[in-house]
Amino acid sequence: MRQIWDIHGGIHPPENKHQSLGEKIQTAGIPSQLILPLSQHIGAPAAPVVNVGDRVLKGQLIAEAKGFVSAPVHAPSSGTVVAIEPRIIPHPSGMTAPCVIIETDNKDEWIAHKGLSDYTGETKETLLDIIRNAGIAGMGGAGFPSAVKLAGHPSKPIDTLIINGTECEPYITADDILMRERAEQIIAGVKILQYIVQPSEQTLIGVEDNKPEGIAALQAAAAGSNIEIVVFPTKYPSGGEKQLIQILTGREVPSGGLPADIGIVCQNIGTAVAIHRAIEFGEPLISRITTVTGNACQQPRNYETLLGTPVQYLLDKSGFDSSRCSRLVMGGPMMGYTLEDTATPIVKTSNCVLAPTRDELPAPPPAQACIRCGMCAEACPVSLLPQQMYWFSRAQEHDKLEEHNLFDCIECGACSYACPSNIPLVQYYRASKAEIRQAQQDKAKADRSKVRFEARKERIEQEEAEKEAKRKARLEAAKAKQASAAAGDSKADAIQAAIERSKAKKAAQEGGNAPTENASPENLDPAQAAIARAQAKRAGGEVDETSEQKTERLEKQVASTEKRLTAAQQKLTLAQEQGDDKVAAFATAVEKTQAKLDSSRQELEAHLASLKSAAPAEPPQAELDPAQAAIARAMAAREAQANLSETDKLQQNVSSLETRIAKAEQKLAQAKEQGAETVGVLEDSLAKLQDKLADARQQLENHNLESQS
Amino acid sequence: MIEFLTEHGFISALIALVSLGLVFGALLGFASVKFKTEGDPITDQIESLLPQTQCGQCGYPGCRPYAEAIAGGDEINKCPPGGETTIAALSDLLGVEAKPLDAAEENIPSVAFIREDECIGCTKCIQACPVDAILGSAKHMHTVIASECTGCDLCVEPCPVDCIEMRPIATTLQTWHWPKPTPAEDIIASDRDPNRAVA
Repeated sequence: MRQIWDIHGGIHPPENKHQSLGEKIQTAGIPSQLILPLSQHIGAPAAPVVNVGDRVLKGQLIAEAKGFVSAPVHAPSSGTVVAIEPRIIPHPSGMTAPCVIIETDNKDEWIAHKGLSDYTGETKETLLDIIRNAGIAGMGGAGFPSAVKLAGHPSKPIDTLIINGTECEPYITADDILMRERAEQIIAGVKILQYIVQPSEQTLIGVEDNKPEGIAALQAAAAGSNIEIVVFPTKYPSGGEKQLIQILTGREVPSGGLPADIGIVCQNIGTAVAIHRAIEFGEPLISRITTVTGNACQQPRNYETLLGTPVQYLLDKSGFDSSRCSRLVMGGPMMGYTLEDTATPIVKTSNCVLAPTRDELPAPPPAQACIRCGMCAEACPVSLLPQQMYWFSRAQEHDKLEEHNLFDCIECGACSYACPSNIPLVQYYRASKAEIRQAQQDKAKADRSKVRFEARKERIEQEEAEKEAKRKARLEAAKAKQASAAAGDSKADAIQAAIERSKAKKAAQEGGNAPTENASPENLDPAQAAIARAQAKRAGGEVDETSEQKTERLEKQVASTEKRLTAAQQKLTLAQEQGDDKVAAFATAVEKTQAKLDSSRQELEAHLASLKSAAPAEPPQAELDPAQAAIARAMAAREAQANLSETDKLQQNVSSLETRIAKAEQKLAQAKEQGAETVGVLEDSLAKLQDKLADARQQLENHNLESQS
Repeated sequence: MIEFLTEHGFISALIALVSLGLVFGALLGFASVKFKTEGDPITDQIESLLPQTQCGQCGYPGCRPYAEAIAGGDEINKCPPGGETTIAALSDLLGVEAKPLDAAEENIPSVAFIREDECIGCTKCIQACPVDAILGSAKHMHTVIASECTGCDLCVEPCPVDCIEMRPIATTLQTWHWPKPTPAEDIIASDRDPNRAVA
């Protein structure tokens, strides 16, 4: 007889297993709709590879694994994908998650599939690939992808393979009935597992002693192999992975560690059957055994259920009476959770649907004060101090909870069951675990935020410093320029030249009997200066010189405008190439420059024409009569002036004001965007410019009216 | 020398004490230079407890300045994003009494959301964000990097077209967790009656 060990604590709740063992496994059949959550396992949700409207065959891949810890999903029956949308999934939150919904066609048409005739000829990796692609995840309840668990790690050699047939939770008989009816398949699966894991010492199947038929069937099937069936006394929660390991081997999985750390791999018997079917028949995981039980069901029994079958479909088959049911539980009475919606589907981890009556599973009585009796500590299978943790949890003392190894709690509910004050202890631990995880996440995020905040601060300071340095450099440059200008006397020369020019002009005006004697260029604005020039011309004082100068000036103007036009056009094309949204602005700029160029060209032509008209008349007249020539020249000049000056000047004034307003508007918009303080000033200046423009337009109109009349 | 000391006990005691004083004084002086702590360690500890939203709701421009202010004696209850948890942690650290939060209510965790159709690309929110969690450039649409957003709502006010809103962070399957049970209440009805309880 093999030695077995005992675990600390544990409880003996009423087993209630016989109700659902009266009948053999029944095939649930094909419901009209299958709801397949993309996440039926621990790890990353699978990604759908079918589209709405696709016809799928039984066993066809409908969602592929995403990442290492993930599992694919297959169509459990043939039909059409009618939707990929969020549906309520079996989860204590009762929340929705993305699901593939298949409308079945009742043909149950298989996709082509083929098993391995002899897996012993294949490598471990090939078999693991088959298991991974079959979407097999731990069927005991946690749903950890089996291939990941079996792959192991070279640094952690495995000496013991343990198959978990404990099924310690009350009511559930899915594993029991599997042992009774499909012991050969279990043993075949275990042999495959042995081949993959290569345990150096032993292979054990642990079963509680409340399943004598199952044990007998297994022993018969395992006869002649090196697989040992170990029977041990019934106690909840012996079926926990770490508890079972302790019972069978006496070894304890270290806190926070995995069974592989002590050379053990543990698999559920349901998983063993699924692996057997995947390897030998090529069938992916598309169905499982689910117990439907509880006194609210007239025929409690086990079903071979297609994954995605709505719970309601199974309940209907079992003669469910909702009026007698207190609440629907997914899983067992100890660790299960309440189902809010009967449209919730069966998934890879759903081993039981419990429909108890009010007498069977009454609502929990109100919790009373803790009397510090210590019964919870006696019941705890992990040797924790539930009472202490209860107080710490209420006081939110997270440090102390961690010191008391809260994260070793397997949430089995033995403490709550034992508590004479009906305190829902497990709920406190679950909530506190979540709070601590949340606090850790918040802390990590706060640290990241701090780093980002400091990086930003540093960047801004650096930018400030750079700006300051540039400002200084500009200031220095300006100073240096000033100094060199002072040294080279170039400025003085320029001023001297300007003074001389103005003197010369004054002299010219005076010589030409200018009407405004005090009209020195310094205190005249450009318009007045132009008028003065025109008057000087009209007076005929120095017509030749002025027209020569004018030609030169106009030519220069045309040349520079042309230059500006080409520059603007370049900018425009560049902007168009880059798809800049300033294209419109550049286009208007080009148009305006074009207009200006045209007007200056016209001006130049008009001027040249006037010169020509004056010039041919000049030579003969000069010989004839200087006075007449002077008159003619004066008349020509007047003509030219009449053509050019007043209207044109006013128009030019208006157009220049318009461009200035456009510029001012741009500046204002920019200032507004940047929230600069100068917005007010800019608005004022814009208003002033607009006033000026209105005045100028008025002048132009008046002038036009005058010239018309 | 030894004879002199043994004969004049008072002087020898004086010499011994003075030399001891000099030795230890030098030691202390050396230690104060060698092991000088940079910055204020208590400020660092306080700062590590603050939520780092950099929201300025405490009246200081960021979490570090508030930590410095607390170290200088300011109240510990001015942090709405941290809420009661932060106040409890600070009162533990500083050994002062926990006070109720000095704000209307605790901030529910939220994240800024830019209605991108309405965004004009003015970059004002980018300049306001204390943790560079808004992406975009001038005249281009901006968007919030939700995973980096601290929910400080400093970007909401500067927006000229009011296209930023604070959305509470929705619970997902990944973030859902079991609620904490309501603590045991008195099951005797008369105990729950506040009027009776007073009498």
